[in-house]
Amino acid sequence: MNFQTTIGLEVHVELKTNSKIYSPSPVEYGDQPNANTNVIDWGYPGVLPSLNKGVVRDGIMAGLALHAQIAHHMHFDRKNYFYPDNPKAYQITQSDTPIAHDGWIEIEVNGKKKKIGIKEMHIEEDAGKNTHTSKYSYVDLNRQGTPLIEIVSKPDIASPEEAVAYLEALRQRIQFTGISDVKMEEGSMRVDTNISIRPIGSDKFGTKTEMKNINSFNYVRKALAFEEKRHQKVLIAGGHIGQETRRYDEATGETILMRTKEGSDDYRYFPEPDLPPVNVSDEWISEIESEMPEMPGERREHYVKDLGLTDYDAMVLTQTKEMSDFFEEAVKDGGDPKRVANYLMNDVNSYLNDKQVDLQDTKLTPANLAGMVKLIEDGTISSKMAKKVFKGILDGEEPNAYAKEHGLVQLSDPAQLQPIVDEVLDNNEQSIEDFKNGKDRAVGYLMGQIMKQTRGKANPQVVTQLLMKSLKAK
Amino acid sequence: MASKITEQQVEHVAELAKLEFPKDELSKFTTQLGNIIDMFEDLEAVDTDGVEPMTSATDRVNVMREDKAVKSSKEEQEALLNNAPETDGGYIKVPAILDESEDGE
Amino acid sequence: MDFYQTSLSQLHDDLVNKKISATELTKETFDHIRGNEDQVKAFISLNEDQALKRAAEIDTKGISADQLTAGVPLAVKDNILTKGLTTTAASKMLENFNPVYDATVVEKLNAADYINVGKTNLDEFAMGSSTENSAFFTTHNPWDLTRVPGGSSGGSAAAVAAGDVLGALGTDTGGSIRMPASFNGVVGMKPTYGRVSRWGIIAFGSSFDQVGWLTQNVKDNALLTALISGNDERDMTSSLKEVPDWAAQLNENTNVKGLRIAVPKEYFDGLDEDVQEVIKAALDHLESLGAIVDEVSLPHTQYGVPAYYILASSEASSNLQRYDGIRYGFRAADVKNLEDVYVRSRSEGFGEEVKRRIMLGTFSLSAGFYDAYFNKAAKVRRLIAQDFEDVFKDHDVIVGATGASTAFKIGAEIDDPQTMYMNDVLTVPVNMAGLPAMSIPAGFSAKNGMPVGLQIIGKAFDEQTVYNTGYVFEQTTDFHKKTPKLGGQN
Repeated sequence: MNFQTTIGLEVHVELKTNSKIYSPSPVEYGDQPNANTNVIDWGYPGVLPSLNKGVVRDGIMAGLALHAQIAHHMHFDRKNYFYPDNPKAYQITQSDTPIAHDGWIEIEVNGKKKKIGIKEMHIEEDAGKNTHTSKYSYVDLNRQGTPLIEIVSKPDIASPEEAVAYLEALRQRIQFTGISDVKMEEGSMRVDTNISIRPIGSDKFGTKTEMKNINSFNYVRKALAFEEKRHQKVLIAGGHIGQETRRYDEATGETILMRTKEGSDDYRYFPEPDLPPVNVSDEWISEIESEMPEMPGERREHYVKDLGLTDYDAMVLTQTKEMSDFFEEAVKDGGDPKRVANYLMNDVNSYLNDKQVDLQDTKLTPANLAGMVKLIEDGTISSKMAKKVFKGILDGEEPNAYAKEHGLVQLSDPAQLQPIVDEVLDNNEQSIEDFKNGKDRAVGYLMGQIMKQTRGKANPQVVTQLLMKSLKAK
Repeated sequence: MASKITEQQVEHVAELAKLEFPKDELSKFTTQLGNIIDMFEDLEAVDTDGVEPMTSATDRVNVMREDKAVKSSKEEQEALLNNAPETDGGYIKVPAILDESEDGE
Repeated sequence: MDFYQTSLSQLHDDLVNKKISATELTKETFDHIRGNEDQVKAFISLNEDQALKRAAEIDTKGISADQLTAGVPLAVKDNILTKGLTTTAASKMLENFNPVYDATVVEKLNAADYINVGKTNLDEFAMGSSTENSAFFTTHNPWDLTRVPGGSSGGSAAAVAAGDVLGALGTDTGGSIRMPASFNGVVGMKPTYGRVSRWGIIAFGSSFDQVGWLTQNVKDNALLTALISGNDERDMTSSLKEVPDWAAQLNENTNVKGLRIAVPKEYFDGLDEDVQEVIKAALDHLESLGAIVDEVSLPHTQYGVPAYYILASSEASSNLQRYDGIRYGFRAADVKNLEDVYVRSRSEGFGEEVKRRIMLGTFSLSAGFYDAYFNKAAKVRRLIAQDFEDVFKDHDVIVGATGASTAFKIGAEIDDPQTMYMNDVLTVPVNMAGLPAMSIPAGFSAKNGMPVGLQIIGKAFDEQTVYNTGYVFEQTTDFHKKTPKLGGQN
């Protein structure tokens, strides 16, 4: 029997606003437990939520980035359930009127392009964090109230590979809006997934199993692949798939039953009486649209068509918004696009990987990178010396001044170089003989001597010119 | 719509609300609730076709606050922790949460 | 000092002119309370030490001529957060709860240098119509100590009726200011929804709750209500509308000539005879002063109670989920696991009526029942609001009884929740629509001598016309001058 697979993805994106969605407490990380909390975050008697305009704006921008319809009229709803990290024992979310719906994103798998539909997106609050020992759990409410956007896909994803392509495309587009870091490893992007299979041609969806909080795209693919096979095995053997929540075990590569979901939880949703409805005007949507940074696809087109980069280069440069912004800034500052691109893709990326830091955490500036590239272009420094200057600009040094200060400026003046060429030739009669006898290696040897004499600072192109001219004249 | 509520239903609702009733009170309570729910069913007689539900009496719309962070005072944070029945190192302490998937998401 | 013979303006003048000091006034207030508190039991906690300290501070600072409440002792219902003063909601759940912040209304009163006399008794979490649901004790009606003071703001109403204070803060979700006002022969006003900030008010029914005053007379009520009204950015449902100086319009020129009074015929259904008599006489009186009394219909009146109980209980069931024994409040002893913390803390911490409402609300919102109960009730709410809108197209106020009967005997209805709920039939529609409404003393029952209240309902944000009507009635009658002789019937 042949099956077709349907995969659903629910992605939670954590926003980078200054304050929480319903409370003015700061959205900050790494602080003492419960240091970024107030009476609202603790769900005290008598408190009321206050809606953060920045979150609504970011939600609309996310909707626009994903080609979705923005709700012109929306309200909030309460989702009621008890859990220690949920201080009001209800979450204020949007179940009835999501901020955006019916969007899409394009993915490419094995050279084939496909549009994946996005059913809806809504804004809501995050809960606190629990840590556990065997006897007790410890609650930190710092995260409580952090704004989230939940993005729910339509049942268009048909394979684990498509799922990962969707996640990557989604992550990239959201990253480029600047509203979230969307980093799985930091928790600013979280993925819940569900999968079902059915016989090819059947129009009735099979039973879904779900997996929550898998912490990398790679594991998402592996977990879904495993589940897909498991579903197939069960059905072929004539069994039934239970409605289950499962956990992906990284060590074994298998999924393990967490609990069965007999019937769904009863969250008793009802409209939130403490927050008046929000009417989003066309004007506001247009305003937000005009503030939206250029998306990766458009940028790549521009890099290839207008700046002469390869598709591959453009792909690497648009991995993150920071890298892409940096590149564009450096080009604006006069750096040659190809050279700047090369530096970013190679030397800079190596450095970032080595030190495990992000571009924005270094002292490197677009102006300084552009400056260094210009010095190479106009011959002030050689590519070899550039490696040293590069260290300088990584430290935030201005390249021109740095090169001069550290004696890295290339010697290019023929008037200064000729005497050195002459001196080396005078001391290496044998090499001249070798050259006349057709031994080209002699040139290399003489070059080496000249470079040694100038401690590597001579401009190789100029030296070559002078040397060849002098040799020929001998 | 069934007019009386059963003891089983009452127990289910109690579970949702994290309440428990001793067996001997359950029956009396079920009757009481049933009578009140009977009264609720008077509403069936009202023609509400095309009527929009009203869930608030506020005269406001589009109320939002600027995205500015305000940190609570040390005094407030201390008072919050002091009020908690059990804390440990700045954390709120509770008996171990056993079912991690019960987190509502 | 009992507060029957004076008014806020008078008292303020006396304080400014140093005829009496804040300290003396405060001392006399507590002496007076001590004289009747054993019988009335209006207060959950008295704030004597702090109050005297504050009074001394204010005397030293001096009474500002433009702070009407400077040095004036007032009481606060115990579901309103007062920082540093235990706030219990009359529940075991919050018996030792020390609020970390002040309600907005309390912040305003503090800025106006009031003296907090103490926290008054209420039905637990404001759920009830008699104050018998308090987890601690029942308050007794000063007019007849065997009778209830009404609820849920029974303590505040009784304190005012007993002459302990000029005014006491209450809250009204389905009639909890107006009913006790009617039962106690005092003035009780529930402002338009959104007039007063709900920040720091322990939530019961979020889309119904409003804060208001119980007072000795109408003008004081207008002055005090203005003091606590106004937009609060912490309460996003609070209105931006300007707060008028209502009291400025209450003087010898105020009249009801040409005032178009609507009297809903449904509001006479089921009224006890003694109440009917008083209300009819009151309407006749207003007519004699030039008002135009017109019979109207509010056709959905009979559906108000079931719709209200569904909606308010639903909101309450959600609002009260936060009481889980984890971050504050009562936690059951010897808990074995997390589920225990939840279930036992809540089952032991909440009283019977609260649990009943939580169950009703949870049921109404639960899967399979939401449409038939919550959503249906919300639609009926819209119809009730529309009924009022229609009548207000060509009328200025709606007038009728506040309650179908006078204060009943303690214990008479406590075992019959349904009967208890029907007490609210004339008051809940007002909360459904969010309108302002006031109960004023309108007479006494020929049967038992107990006070009868007249309810005056106004258009949204038209507290002025409500106050005008109440003021005129009060100034042309003597009912408000009568006071209970504590210890027996008047």
